[in-house]
Amino acid sequence: MTDNAHTDTTRRRFLGGAATAVAGLALAPGVLLHKVAQARPADEPVSSAVRWGMLIDTNKCAKGCSDCVNACAKEHGLTGHGRPQTDAQWIRSVDLRDKQTGYTQTLPLLCQHCEHPPCVDVCPTGASFKRADGIVLVDKHICIGCRYCMMACPYKARSFVHETIDDQLPHSPRGKGTVESCTFCVERVDTGRTPACVEACKAENHNAMIFGDMNDPASEISKQLKKYNSRQIRADLELNTGVRYRGI
Amino acid sequence: MPNVMIKSGLLSLLAVAVIWVPALARAGDSLLPDVPEAQRRVSETQGCVEPTADMRRNHMKYILHQRDETMHLGIRTKQHSLEECINCHVSSARDAPRASSEQHFCNSCHTYAAVNIDCFECHADRPVAASGKLSMTPASLTVHAQTDEKPHAMLPGNNQVMATEGINHD
Repeated sequence: MTDNAHTDTTRRRFLGGAATAVAGLALAPGVLLHKVAQARPADEPVSSAVRWGMLIDTNKCAKGCSDCVNACAKEHGLTGHGRPQTDAQWIRSVDLRDKQTGYTQTLPLLCQHCEHPPCVDVCPTGASFKRADGIVLVDKHICIGCRYCMMACPYKARSFVHETIDDQLPHSPRGKGTVESCTFCVERVDTGRTPACVEACKAENHNAMIFGDMNDPASEISKQLKKYNSRQIRADLELNTGVRYRGI
Repeated sequence: MPNVMIKSGLLSLLAVAVIWVPALARAGDSLLPDVPEAQRRVSETQGCVEPTADMRRNHMKYILHQRDETMHLGIRTKQHSLEECINCHVSSARDAPRASSEQHFCNSCHTYAAVNIDCFECHADRPVAASGKLSMTPASLTVHAQTDEKPHAMLPGNNQVMATEGINHD
């Protein structure tokens, strides 16, 4: 019985490997899978061959630094009303303190883009969904604003738009009565760029954030994940998050 | 016989209507939509991304189709994207009419047709240049780039920190 189970697993692994090889070959001669993912033509749908992820090194996060948060607000036109409890926050700076030793550290917290997102599980209309490439989004055309996803999210990553919004940016439509959260700057990612927070962190020379394809062994994020220990927040929930942390 | 008379009467009425409607339009009658001119043409021979008559009847289908493809599949072709409609049909001048105005390209006709749309509750109703909030560019960021990279210690040692502290639901 044990032998059979072992054989099955091996066979599955072999078949899985073979399928990947075929997919790689079928794309185009001389074109690598990850290259295709980076420069996906505008008329081609996203593929599950890619899984976008982010690695945040909290050791490089200075206390009080809010460059990523500011970049996000600027990129998506997130303006508040001076009410932190209800204003939209797609990414926020969280201070952690070890109760025993008093050691404190800062980390940015955003939608973790889970492989098994609880927000998608509970959404009654199908507005919360996960794209093939692992980015979790809200289809605001379908969202009825029930906020069930906000209750389901273990990371408090989602916000509800309470007030009428004017002057939205063309690439970031937002409106009253819908739930929203970090999109991994999907409109940038689709055109081969990195999210605004990552770009800002790099431009300010903090280099605490890396964005890339976790399915591609040659990507910087995959190399770092392989080389260094990293953690998922609330790994016990087995959501397989797309955002990983070093230093927590 | 009376039937024929009624029919011919209707026909002449129709003929009068057909002749009169364009005449009214020429006279600038306020009943008909005064649709603003687009900023540019797609090509020499064609004004819009599809033939104008087709766009008048089916633009909502094109936009709806593109909406779902972009949202769920990440397809970002420009031909039927709402953003490109706005870029071409709405002036980027700061005082350009907003979506609520009957002078706005979309609303000019929708008011006439008594159609209420909620696209612009969320979507930008004018080109990005007019909104005054341009997307962050790498160039603008490098100006503020700092050179003093903060020293960072290699991990371990702090694995006891409760990662969930502060972000758990109570």
